[in-house]
Formats: sequence, structure tokens, C-alpha cells
Amino acid sequence: MSQISRDELAHLAKLARLGVSEAELDTFVGQLDVILDSVAKVGEVAGDDIPPMSHAANLTNVFRSDEIRPGLSQQEALSGAPAAEDGRFCVPRILGEEQ
Amino acid sequence: MDPTTRTAAELAAGIHAGELSSVEVTRSHLERIAKVDSEINAFLHVDTEGALATAEKVDADIAAGRPPVSPLAGVPLGLKDVLTTKGIPTTCGSRTLEGWVPPYDATVTRKLREADVVVLGKTNMDEFAMGSSTENSAYGPTRNPWDTARVPGGSSGGSAAALAAFQAPVTVGTDTGGSVRQPGALTGTVGVKPTYGGVSRYGLVAFSSSLDQAGPCARTVLDAALLHEVIGGHDPMDSTSLNAPVPSVVEAARRGSSGDLSGVRVGVVTELGGEGYQPGVLRSFASAVDTLRELGAEVVEVSCPNFEYALSAYYLIAPSECSSNLARFDAMRYGLRVADDGTNGADDVMSLSREAGFGAEVKRRIIIGTYALSAGYYDAYYGSAQKVRSLVTRDFDAAYEQVDVLVSPTAPTTAFRVGERVDDPMSMYRGDLCTIPTNLAGTAAMSVPSGLSDEDGLPVGLQIMAPALADDRMYEVGAAYERARDAAAGGALVDRIPEL
Repeated sequence: MSQISRDELAHLAKLARLGVSEAELDTFVGQLDVILDSVAKVGEVAGDDIPPMSHAANLTNVFRSDEIRPGLSQQEALSGAPAAEDGRFCVPRILGEEQ
Repeated sequence: MDPTTRTAAELAAGIHAGELSSVEVTRSHLERIAKVDSEINAFLHVDTEGALATAEKVDADIAAGRPPVSPLAGVPLGLKDVLTTKGIPTTCGSRTLEGWVPPYDATVTRKLREADVVVLGKTNMDEFAMGSSTENSAYGPTRNPWDTARVPGGSSGGSAAALAAFQAPVTVGTDTGGSVRQPGALTGTVGVKPTYGGVSRYGLVAFSSSLDQAGPCARTVLDAALLHEVIGGHDPMDSTSLNAPVPSVVEAARRGSSGDLSGVRVGVVTELGGEGYQPGVLRSFASAVDTLRELGAEVVEVSCPNFEYALSAYYLIAPSECSSNLARFDAMRYGLRVADDGTNGADDVMSLSREAGFGAEVKRRIIIGTYALSAGYYDAYYGSAQKVRSLVTRDFDAAYEQVDVLVSPTAPTTAFRVGERVDDPMSMYRGDLCTIPTNLAGTAAMSVPSGLSDEDGLPVGLQIMAPALADDRMYEVGAAYERARDAAAGGALVDRIPEL
């Protein structure tokens, strides 16, 4: 049974803001089908009475005291920026022409 | 004697006694890297200047009669390129981070610096630690020193290969589903995944936050223990770091090397063996179990029926967390940005940059994770996987009521050929069959060499698992086993690695 179509795959990639080439789509669609078919096995034992587990550490509400600590300087924070201007990150336009 | 063939413990003893110079030891390792790394590709970056500066400081301290600041002061080390290093490039094996120089140190890095450990450089890895062969590195695969046509395992393949190629006596790796232990097995070295929360994740570039754990890699169990104590411990900068006492693993390793395991209960996991496992791996494992019995351990078989579902659960949970974690690589604040020519908006720049920056395996996992977390599929996939995680943890809890440690082969096969599994993701994933349950439960495990597989002459690993915060148990058993195996074989396994 096919779990995932080529169109669905392209849609998921779009949701993840992940460009994929036509060739990659061709390769991935078969591979992801095999993977999803295999991992669907988890459904066999996941009964309603089993609590889900998100984490092994079992820690809740880990707080720190509200004290001033050294952090990155503005220059350090911007040191890896693809583009910066006036001490700020410079990003491509977010709104379209009509907005 | 060539310093590159000696253990970290021996080097430290020599340096601290003033018999060896850390600078000379460091130079020997840097020369070794220069000589063999064109063939092995274990290092992505070598920090000659920084390494020698630390070594000089240690030599000056010793000459002035000041005590060494840690048991590993002056000893060279390789650091997996997924841990941030201030002023030194950190790529995570990805094009996305090519040339990125982090503005801060990971806690592991800080602890190494404070301990005067000589950081030689950054080791190669599968991109963002996703993979089991180091073939997913954007900077070319790492080769296995036992046979350079084969992979060293992954994702910490660079850290493991560097040990087997005598480029460093100790390295740091990270283990999300077996990424320290499986390369240890495939290269005949020791690899440890500490209890989740035992080593800080601050500055460890996140792949799957609930599973990622940094750990020591070495050629002996004692060396791994020495490094474990340098990098481990509670860290307020990581909210999942455990603030709980951990018994000394160095003492446990020393105790174990006395060779007496009487009173120790060892459980062989029924489900981790049999069909699908290479016969030579199973024979090496059976012989290792015999050795444990000869050392006085009480060996019983233990069933963990839900381990059968662990691989499936992992390959849903890890991609889900990955799809969320890797959203940070959005081409806005750091990392690769392409197509920002004024005609494209932020959305398109993001998509195109991620397309150019990520390799195939990372893309596959982001898509799977996005799928497993999407409305309509969440319960069937991610939700069910989380339930399996509970079941696997229950199996461990029940098993550890009967025994002190569990054992299995570390990986179902020995090292495979470069290229053999790249087009078949499921066959690659199945290599993590034995290591994944431990990550899901957040418990501890290590791989110790158990010899060579009789059909192909390649190394096999024995996996020793222990309950959370009882890492000392596996070090004790591992050290006892290592001593007995080496004695029976007439030397350490690494002595049999072919000349490079």
C-alpha cells in the first residue's frame, strides 16, 4: 500500500520550507514509502492504556535564578549573519508587492 | 616509544611525571594526522596553534611544579564537529554551516579547555549526526582504518576512526541512536553513551533533543572513564542535565580490571540476536558471554519483547524532533543563504538555502518528521511511537530488577563497504537495531571490542547496558571483560590494525 504520494511529498517539503528537486522527489517517494510502511509497526502495540513518553529525564519546571549573567555581545551575535546592517540582521523581504 | 600508540592514561602519567612533554606528544599526533588523514578523513579541522598553546601551558605548569589541573591535562583529543567551539569552525558535517565560527563554547568544550585537555581539532560525522556510516558528511566519508574500502560506522565515524588510526588517544562523540557505540564496534574501539542527562547538551547542535547524548570514545575502557569524568556532570545551562550523584566510573573501571565479576548478574537480551545477524558477530558475542561467565558473572537470559518495536519508534521520534530542531537553519541569522538577489522573498530564500545546504538524509528525515507530526497522522505515527517508548522503558525496568547489566552485540554486522547501503535507507537504519532501545529509555550503554569476526576478520563490539545513573556498572564489567579478552588473545585488538 502506498503511504505517501509524490504530490503529498512535495506539499510536506513546502511546509518544511525545504526545496527539493524533481530528481529528489522521484528518489524520495519510493524510499519514504518503504520507511513509513516499516515504522507503521508501532501501531501494533500502542494501546489506549499505554501512556506516551516524550522524554527520559522526567524533569519538570527546571528554573534558574533571575540573575544577570554574561551573554553574547551584539557583535558576537551578528558574527555569523549572512548579512547585517546597523547592528541588526538583514533579511530578505517578508511581504509581497501587494502587501 | 611512539606516543600515538599509547593510552591516554599512560600519556597523562608520563606528562604529569615530567617524563613526557605534552608539546612532543601533541606534535606526534599532529604529524600522524598530517600523514594518514588524507586516507582516513577523520578530521574536518585541525587546530595546530590552539593545541600547541594548551600543550605548552601544561608543560610549563609541570616544569614549575604546579599540579596538573585534571587527570587528562596535556593529553590530545578529537572533538566531534557537532559541539560548538568558540573561534574554531563547527560544521556538523553540513554545507549549511560551512565556514561558521561559533561565538560560544559548548559546555563539553569548556570543560575540556578548563581541564587543559589538548583539543587537536574537529572530527568528521554524518550531517547533523544523521546516519550510521559517516557517508552523509558533506565533506566526504571517513574511512575505516581496518579496511579503507569500508565505513567506520556513524554518525561519530570521525571520532572512532581517529582512535583506530592512532590520530588521537581519546575523542568525544554523540549518540542519538547508537552513533558512538556502533562506530566503536566497527572500528574495534570503546564507545560510551552515558545516562541521558549525564553530559551537558549545551552547545551540542540538536538533532533529536530527547535522545542526543555526548559520550567518550577511547581505545581502552579506563581511558573512556577518565574522559567521562572530565566532560560529565550537572550543568545549569542544560535544563535536561541531571543533578544527581553518579558513582565514579574511573574507580569502577579500575575495580573491574581486577578481573573479578563474582556476584554480578548479567542478562543476555533474547530479542537482540538470531535472524538477520551476521554469524561471525553472533559467535564473537557468544564467546564474550562465556568470558563473562568465566570471570564469575551469573549469566541469565532476559526477554525484552518490545525491543522489536524500538527501531520503528526511533525512526519516527528522531525525525519528528529533527524536523523541528532543524527549523533553526532558516538562512536568516547564521548559516548558508543563497538566492538573496532582491527578487526572492524570505520564504523562497529559506527554501532555496535549505535545499542547497542540506544533504539527502537530512531532507528525508525532515520530510518524515513533518509528516509524522502533521494533523491526521500524529496519533498513528508520533503518538504511537511515544507509547512504544514507554513500553521499551518498562522492559528495561523489568530486566534491571533481575540483573545488574544487560548485554548484546553492538551492531548486527561488521563494517560494510562504502556505498553499500546509501541507496537503501532501511538497511542503513537496521544497523541501529541493538543500540536504539537504550536511547529511547535514557539509560546507559557502552561498546567494548569483543574480537574479530571469523568470516571477514573485522572488529565486533560487545554492548554492555546499565540502568540510568548506574554507568559505573558497565565500566566495571567492561574493564573486566577487556582485560580477560586481551589476555586470552595475547594483546589488545587495536594492535592488530593494519599499518596505514
